[in-house]
Amino acid sequence: MVEKNTSHNNGRVYKEVSKSRRITMGIIFLIAAAIIWLVFLNGTITGAQTAYNMTPGGSSTIMADWVFSTEKALGVMAIFSAVIGAYQLIRGFGKFTNGALALIAGLFVFSFLTWASSGGSLNLAGLLRVTVVRAVPLTLGALAGMLCEHSGTVNIAIEGMMLTSAFVSTVIASLTDLWIGMLSGIFAGALIALIHGVLTIKYKVDHVISGTVINIFATGITSFLSSKFLQKTNFQYLNEPGMFPQIDVPVLSKIPFAGPILFSHNLYVYAMYILVILVTIALFSTRWGLRLRSAGEHPKAADTLGINVNRTRYMAVALGGMMAGFAGTYFTLGSSGRFDELLTAGRGFIALAAMIFGNYHPFGAMGAGLLFGFFDSLSAKASILKVPIPSDFLGMMPYIATIVVLAGVVGKSHAPAEEGKAYEKESL
Amino acid sequence: MEEQKKKQNALGIFFEELSKSSGMVTFLAILTGILLSGLLVAITTVEVYDAFSVSFWAGIKAALGSAWSTYSSLFTGAFGNPQKIVAAFQSGDGLEIRRAINPFFESLVQTTPYVFGGLSVALGFRAGLFNIGAEGQLFVGALTGVFAGYAITGLPAYIHIPIALLAGAAGGAIWGFVPGFLKAKTGAHEVIITIMMNYIAFRFSDFMLRGPMKDPNEYTPKTPWIQPSAELTRLFSDQIRFHIGFFIALGVAYFVYWLLFKTSWGFELRTVGSNPNGARYAGIKTTRTTVIAMSLSGALAGLAGANEVLGLNHRLVPAFSSGYGFDSIALALLGKNHPLGVVLSALLFGFLRNGSRQMQLKSGVPIDIVSILQALILAFIAAPAIIRSIYRLKKPDVEEASIKISSWGGN
Repeated sequence: MVEKNTSHNNGRVYKEVSKSRRITMGIIFLIAAAIIWLVFLNGTITGAQTAYNMTPGGSSTIMADWVFSTEKALGVMAIFSAVIGAYQLIRGFGKFTNGALALIAGLFVFSFLTWASSGGSLNLAGLLRVTVVRAVPLTLGALAGMLCEHSGTVNIAIEGMMLTSAFVSTVIASLTDLWIGMLSGIFAGALIALIHGVLTIKYKVDHVISGTVINIFATGITSFLSSKFLQKTNFQYLNEPGMFPQIDVPVLSKIPFAGPILFSHNLYVYAMYILVILVTIALFSTRWGLRLRSAGEHPKAADTLGINVNRTRYMAVALGGMMAGFAGTYFTLGSSGRFDELLTAGRGFIALAAMIFGNYHPFGAMGAGLLFGFFDSLSAKASILKVPIPSDFLGMMPYIATIVVLAGVVGKSHAPAEEGKAYEKESL
Repeated sequence: MEEQKKKQNALGIFFEELSKSSGMVTFLAILTGILLSGLLVAITTVEVYDAFSVSFWAGIKAALGSAWSTYSSLFTGAFGNPQKIVAAFQSGDGLEIRRAINPFFESLVQTTPYVFGGLSVALGFRAGLFNIGAEGQLFVGALTGVFAGYAITGLPAYIHIPIALLAGAAGGAIWGFVPGFLKAKTGAHEVIITIMMNYIAFRFSDFMLRGPMKDPNEYTPKTPWIQPSAELTRLFSDQIRFHIGFFIALGVAYFVYWLLFKTSWGFELRTVGSNPNGARYAGIKTTRTTVIAMSLSGALAGLAGANEVLGLNHRLVPAFSSGYGFDSIALALLGKNHPLGVVLSALLFGFLRNGSRQMQLKSGVPIDIVSILQALILAFIAAPAIIRSIYRLKKPDVEEASIKISSWGGN
């Protein structure tokens, strides 16, 4: 912990990689190469072929299937991984170590898929398309968390905010139309966030406890109202909001393979792309963002320079709540078209993990969101794969990955320094 | 000042002290929570609006009536119907008596896992650790407990029961050790890690129930029945499920009290929780304390799980817990993280939980009203200033110690 403080004083110096970390990484890479060779390659029937279906179901942009020899592909990937591992062990990739790790992880997963679908076919495009969809609530939730946390407010209430907004948007959209429903969901998220703000900023309640209170309350009130009204037959009209339609982006969706995966979705996916860019610019390239972050990193200095710390925090928390509210409307208006109890299923917490995984940066968070989304969609497909790994274990992967990341394997994530602490002006 | 004080009569001083005491805040927090939840029930009842369209007073009457019927069915669900109890005792029929007093004992049965869970979370809080993972630890404890219950055969009950309970504690302890270790060694925040461990535990127990631990004679995922020697002894015959687990829980609560407040290790733990830097300067091994505290916390939650399977179902079925671990967080905070407070609030939660089932059946109010009530109470307990300003209470002379949890960064 002392070590951490010094790294803060020096700014972001974590790019320098220690020797022990270099060697550990090298060994991990070599183990990955060995598993590809020993388990996957040896477990393949001679002459088997892997076929990847490159067109997601229902898409009109057809691309031919990709068929290749399983053994050759696995051999190439194993040798390539081994070479990277050896280089890492001897010389090290320096500041590109995490990039190398990502490459190895990608190769490993791809080898696994190749092995698992050997002798059959796997709809790779469908898998990736679902990955993008599943990443949406995680990325948006992570953005919500990020806005709060950069201003110094810990927000574990994203789950509760999403749940509340999913409920509100369903009811309002059923009564009016989709857009008003979405706006009301965003508004509901902001409202819940302001409760969090008042509890933590005005009443100085511990941020984690306040978040827990909101989560319990949101779970209770949405389940209560849902089973009292939405699940009853004579109130069914309140639970028929409809869904935003899929929009194919004109030229881009015609790109073979990538087009249907990235540009043939409903508006939430495009909103994710845009918001990730917008939040990055707002947080890291504008005066507004600098002020917001200063309230989280060094509120005293910010105060001295005339920034109203608590007002900044209120604003950031409300914005975060709006973002979480928007993410919440995805579940009903963008995904299922109706409200069911606890339909967020812990995504708010995984979004938090994605935020930390992504080192408090929007693009990092989207990367983490995509990774979790990939495992999510893979575990749904596990029954199709002919591997002796139960789907439960594939389902555990995102959580285990989060723990590994938090434990510092990929380098420490840097939380804002004064996060979770109430700011009080010093009185004379 | 002195003279002014002398002029006050004894009653005035009493009320002043009362209004400063933290017990008063707790009481008012619970009362306010109950009032607000009742209001919620009233405004979500359709009949109330129908009555308001007749006349204003009819509306008020219907609103009060709906809140009253909710809470009275909650009460009879939790304690039993007083008239029925009296009638049953007068009739002298054993079965009738048991049926009449069953709700009360059933509430105690529901209280038992809450005591363990609350102690688990409270112990964590005392060490400055927020264990949201009680639910997952509870699942793992149930898994290991039920395994020791059915796999070990040929033991007498007085050996088998402790072994099965300890197996449950060990399972929970492992699940608590991981976040504790990672927190102490790498600074990874326990809140996220324990949430992740929860999901892993759910998946893991699903896997175990469908795979290695599945009863081969069943189609649905269930474990085999545990040996009769591992079943926690029931104190009444037929219908009443009350078992010795309740007394074990009370014993464990006393043990935790003794550990926290009567041993030097407990002092070290509390020091680490209230002032980690001070503890480090004083030479307390914070790393070790954190790891042990988190493991112990997990063990207590594991006991909750083992207690449930050994005492009630006698086998493990999927999704058996339904939120005991999560409720325990609110419960520990309500009990001010003191074992005695935990036992008292566990009683409150247990009676609420048991009563709410009856309430759902009789008055059609969804069971989730209890979570709303819990959240409201918890909010008022966490922010006593709200209660103080509503009821115009005086500020306490000494600043109340509030719970502080470290933020994600580690310190």
